[in-house]
Amino acid sequence: MSSLLEIRDLKVNYGGIEALKGISFNVKEGEIVTLIGANGAGKSTTLRSIMSVVTPSAGSICYNGEDITHMPTDEIVKRGIVLVPEGRRVFPNLTVLENLRIGAYLRTDKEGIEADIKHVYSLFPRLEERSWQQAGTLSGGEQQMLAVGRALMAKPRLIMMDEPSLGLAPLVVKDIFSIIRRINQEGTTVLLIEQNANAALKIANRGYVMQTGNVTMTGTGLELLNDQSVREAYLGKK
Amino acid sequence: MNFINTNLPYLLAGISVGGQYALIAIGYTMVYGILRLINFAHGDVFMAAGLIMIYAVTVMPLYVAIPLTLAATVLIGFLIERAAYKPLRTAPRMSVMISAIGVSYLLQNLALYVTGGLSKMYPTIPWISDTVTIGTATTKMVTLITPVLTLILVIALVAFIQKTKIGMAMRAVSKDFETSQLMGIKINSVISATFIIGSFLAAVGSLLYFTNYAAVIPTSGAMPGLKAFVAAVFGGIGSIPGAVIGAFIIGICENIIKGVGLTTFSDAFTFVLLIIILVFKPTGLFGEKANEKV
Repeated sequence: MSSLLEIRDLKVNYGGIEALKGISFNVKEGEIVTLIGANGAGKSTTLRSIMSVVTPSAGSICYNGEDITHMPTDEIVKRGIVLVPEGRRVFPNLTVLENLRIGAYLRTDKEGIEADIKHVYSLFPRLEERSWQQAGTLSGGEQQMLAVGRALMAKPRLIMMDEPSLGLAPLVVKDIFSIIRRINQEGTTVLLIEQNANAALKIANRGYVMQTGNVTMTGTGLELLNDQSVREAYLGKK
Repeated sequence: MNFINTNLPYLLAGISVGGQYALIAIGYTMVYGILRLINFAHGDVFMAAGLIMIYAVTVMPLYVAIPLTLAATVLIGFLIERAAYKPLRTAPRMSVMISAIGVSYLLQNLALYVTGGLSKMYPTIPWISDTVTIGTATTKMVTLITPVLTLILVIALVAFIQKTKIGMAMRAVSKDFETSQLMGIKINSVISATFIIGSFLAAVGSLLYFTNYAAVIPTSGAMPGLKAFVAAVFGGIGSIPGAVIGAFIIGICENIIKGVGLTTFSDAFTFVLLIIILVFKPTGLFGEKANEKV
């Protein structure tokens, strides 16, 4: 099976520092793939360069057989890739409903949008209760759900999530992971970055370990979970 | 009663000039809300609208000249953003500010070149230049039209920002550039739209403002521009209702001061007010708390 997303030798420079030193990996349709690694390994930079928010200095990003490396962000969103950014970044001055609508900014199918709002509300009933509230007044967990719901509104084929469980209560974290799994079962491919490597590897088909701008290891979720060096470095276990 | 009678003309003039400041102030506050930039060239765009009108009426009838003036001013605002601010999108904010000051002087110098330094008579627009008498006050129709037109435009603008998709995008961009981009919003289009709206309102303001004055000179935009800027700061820069209320307060106070015979100090008042706000309430009347930071 060919890859939905294929990254080849991607390099990114940030003011003279090489944040990505030529990484390669791929994501196949229907998979959950996770990138794990310490802070500063380049995980967020990878996702942001896929969205064209940062510009790679070399390498290529292919999506669905098309080179999207230097495409403007809106064209990438139009093709079905969305990013749930780190720190949720909901629009605090917009209502919950408006945040969902802005997620569907490039869509023109009115009925489809309304149906998807209903679908997001069925995934996250708390959001429906707070539909008219400004997103800035939501709790951290609710904001994360809104950020995921907002991303789903674009009808993505590939959803990328940057640390969706960061700073959330353990119960909420559990919810988020079960939602990720559900989104995947409904047919959306997932590329996930997580501090919580344990939980991420458990739901992932495959994982890549990143270290200071390089991919150093790859395997299935289970393989990485059982790997001695991964266990010591990222799972805090012996 | 006597007090009101003697002050009515000043009060009316104040409301009118306040409306004109408001139309300029919205441009400052919206651009600040989105780009965190004080667009120093805005007052000069307002002046340019005055000159365009003057030259337009010499070669075409009024009903063509007015829409042409509006369209040309919008084009100038759009081009300024594209040429002088867009290339500096990732530069430090100070660079953009300096670029704005440069554009301001450029427009003044261009105006000097075009007019040859002579003051140009502003055309009389029929009906709005007509004289009306209200109670003890004799004034021009424009005095009555300005506040009404200003309110209509402000209500339309607020509805646009609250109810339309591009308005929603403006509110989003004003809070978070990168995340807006991730939604598929074209940041540059939203910024252009902001400049277009601001320039359009400044052009409307100039039609009303210059009708009260005999002539336009290259620095005609400086004082009203500065006062509108103070109004925007007073109201809480970034807030549209704040800018409008601030503009009306400044316009009215200025003219009441003239009414009590302290004409010499009427301009000074505005700037003393600026200092007082910056010292005691730097966020202005509606700063921070206001939600429509566009």
